[in-house]
Amino acid sequence: MYGWLWRSLPGRIAAKLAVLLVLLVAVLAVLFLVVFPYVEANLPFADVTVGSPDHS
Amino acid sequence: MRPSTIRAGKSPRGQRLVSSRLGDGIRTLARGLGEVLLTVGVVLLLFAGYEVFGTGLINAHKQSELTAQLNASWTSGEDPITQAPEIGEGIALIRIPKLGKDYVKVIVEGTSRAALADGPGHYTASALPGDAGNFAVAGHNGGNGSPFEGLHRLEAGDPIIIETRDTYFVYRVLGDPRAGGASAPDSDGLVGKQVVQASEVGVVLPVPNRPGEMPHRRLLTLTTCKESFFTIERLIIHAELAGQPRPKADGVPPEQMG
Repeated sequence: MYGWLWRSLPGRIAAKLAVLLVLLVAVLAVLFLVVFPYVEANLPFADVTVGSPDHS
Repeated sequence: MRPSTIRAGKSPRGQRLVSSRLGDGIRTLARGLGEVLLTVGVVLLLFAGYEVFGTGLINAHKQSELTAQLNASWTSGEDPITQAPEIGEGIALIRIPKLGKDYVKVIVEGTSRAALADGPGHYTASALPGDAGNFAVAGHNGGNGSPFEGLHRLEAGDPIIIETRDTYFVYRVLGDPRAGGASAPDSDGLVGKQVVQASEVGVVLPVPNRPGEMPHRRLLTLTTCKESFFTIERLIIHAELAGQPRPKADGVPPEQMG
């Protein structure tokens, strides 16, 4: 998987590393800004109320 | 045997070893599986980090925003708590000196998940601070800044101070320190600190656990998870208004100094 990724990146080592860095940042951004908040909202960690979570 | 024959993948007798196409396939598959498992592990660790630290950072930022908004409202003469606040809007400040001299959080309106991610949330159907009945507030114990992480340390008589635009309300955790403390029931059967099932909505009623009764006491109730990141039981703190509400013109209440 990672071997294939490394081989299919164009250019020399420096160019490959630069592209990898950008990819890594993009993946982390998606995880932290989209995936994790979504997952957290659907896990019961957040429940601190009595009654249903949206009890009012 | 000579090293070169091993590198060539031959046995000493010159036969090919298992390095057939099948062997290559299995190796590729195993390596791929290993990489996937490692990746999943790293992502799970990142998520754990996000839960414990990331949500705290987001919450700290949101709390400072809410503080600025609430102060701006108060300065401009508005008082969101009395003006049908929207869900998620800051309505009051809560201070619990036992949890730290500088412990102050903005209470937001409502107990939706989105509201509680920003700060302790006021159960919309419950009373307002200082009113007869039950001013009930839920807050996180693990993650999202963990505003109510230390509630288990509260004991009978500990002050909880609610600040609105014009007034300080000093509540004290129920219980007589000389007679069982926060876990001994008072004359109405109320205790200062208890653990209940998440389904026990009675604790936030105007008269806790007595549906339909007219309130005469001025109570404050805090609810949170019993354990950090664990959800079956709730830790409940009941407190009662001590003395008269204190106009802000009279200055900061002495209890706030810890």
